[in-house]
Amino acid sequence: MSCLQTIQDYGLRSVGIGERLLPKSDFTLCEQFTLIGSGMIWNIYFGLFALATGFFLATAIAVGKGSQTWLIRKPAEWFIFIFRGSPLFIQFFLAYETFVLLPRAGVEVLGFTVATSWLTKAWAGALLVLFLNTAAYTGEIFYGALRSIPKGDLEAADAYGFSGWHKFRKITWPTMLRLAWPAYTNEAIFLFHATTLVYFSGFPAWRQKGDALYYASYFADKTFNPFIPYPILAGYFIALTLVIVGTFGLINKRLNRHLPQEQRRKIRLRLNLVR
Amino acid sequence: MFNSCADPASLEGLSWLLCYLTTGKHMLFYGSFLVVIALMLITAPTALLFGFGGAMAARSHLLPLRWLGKAYTSMVRGIPDIAFFLFVPFALDQGFEYLRHKVKCPDWDTPVRQGNDFVVCAQAKLPLSSSPQWMHEAYGFSLAVLAFAVVFGAFAANVIYGAMQAVPRSQMETAEAYGMSRRQAFWRILVPQMWVFALPGLSNLWMILIKATPLLFLLGVEDIVYWARELGGSKTSAYAYPHPDWRLWYFIGLLAFYLSLTKLSELVLTRLTRRLSHGQATMAGEAQRRTA
Repeated sequence: MSCLQTIQDYGLRSVGIGERLLPKSDFTLCEQFTLIGSGMIWNIYFGLFALATGFFLATAIAVGKGSQTWLIRKPAEWFIFIFRGSPLFIQFFLAYETFVLLPRAGVEVLGFTVATSWLTKAWAGALLVLFLNTAAYTGEIFYGALRSIPKGDLEAADAYGFSGWHKFRKITWPTMLRLAWPAYTNEAIFLFHATTLVYFSGFPAWRQKGDALYYASYFADKTFNPFIPYPILAGYFIALTLVIVGTFGLINKRLNRHLPQEQRRKIRLRLNLVR
Repeated sequence: MFNSCADPASLEGLSWLLCYLTTGKHMLFYGSFLVVIALMLITAPTALLFGFGGAMAARSHLLPLRWLGKAYTSMVRGIPDIAFFLFVPFALDQGFEYLRHKVKCPDWDTPVRQGNDFVVCAQAKLPLSSSPQWMHEAYGFSLAVLAFAVVFGAFAANVIYGAMQAVPRSQMETAEAYGMSRRQAFWRILVPQMWVFALPGLSNLWMILIKATPLLFLLGVEDIVYWARELGGSKTSAYAYPHPDWRLWYFIGLLAFYLSLTKLSELVLTRLTRRLSHGQATMAGEAQRRTA
């Protein structure tokens, strides 16, 4: 079987298109590259959607934690504490067990029946956990940035007659993003790394549709040779990390475009945000 | 455990719960909490040692050694740590067996890798297939510790490397002015002073380590996640203590355990930071001196 044929058969295997059965023996290098690459679709899916949605909740959480009102501040603080203080692995298990316990037939809400079975599937359940988790981590980063906005900026906004939503949208929020961006880049990188946990934490890989690490460990178990699939996985993830750093770097440039050259904040990769 | 628990079927309410929570399997479950804490307490110093070595290598004047150090410290950046936890024990196990195979069975002529099999002679197996069960468990646990130490060593190397760079240059210059050699200056001036710079990073690392411990489950160690799933699963009346699916409650228990562990660590580390800043040439140390 040529490599092109393998790519046709297994290139989209992780989303259920192509060959039904995984290769059972005589694994070629091409098969390993193709299947692990196919699994990356799930990693990118989880990471991208969790980041995109978590971003907005994180902004709300950060503003909530900075609020003067006790009734808003406390829930935000507890949310951050629970999701940052406990392992993501346990959160996945906990969420899965909760979703399994929901009644099969659905929950009655105001006379309507809301189906719940889709929550036990990884694509929705795990995404929900990742969304809440990244919102908590990012919320803490944004909160820190919110507190370090220069006082002068806000006073200048007041002097220009900005207030309320307008002031937040035009002054506070962009400054917060600018200050938080280097740390947020790290959070994004580690969120993508965290997506590899999904299929090892309760959520079943239905019909062997799994992520990159799922296939890598499949090959390692079958061939008793970890020295080929894991480096392939590592290569894919290093490439993904470079893409993230590049994209976030571009946004960082845009956020900093009004500043003089030497005041601009460079993104420094720090390693303090694994969950 | 208690005499009153002899006949579980006749028990009701609280006494049932008390007996249920003290069965032999639950004792193993409580024991596995100690396994997790043991893992953290063994891994932390080992990883620190790995990290110190990595940072020293990254600062070395020998080019190959420096490259090695840099590669070690930067590998955790791009690659998910879970991949390491799956890869390192696997690779180490095969590495050890291969080395023992080479030493113990020199006249073995078939190749070690035969298709999809990894075959070494019986004497080279680790642990020997004749050794007792606890040896197998201890071996699995030590492989897990090594995997954690390798990964967290790379994290720690980053932190320690940064801390060594952060010690004010004038401190080293003063050491040179006193006529210390490079080695003396390193051990007597740089190393004692770097800890305060390393502490924020290291305390972060400790938090990450706490949160990485449930991954032991992936390495096949019978840890708290294993027991929570085992005990929580629904038990039919064939068992002494039948109950429906209680895994959710067990995982809520684990969540509470981890939350209290991180909270406690946070309190201790805050105090430690204050203690270590005492008398240092940093802003925090200066502030303490002023108020005293």
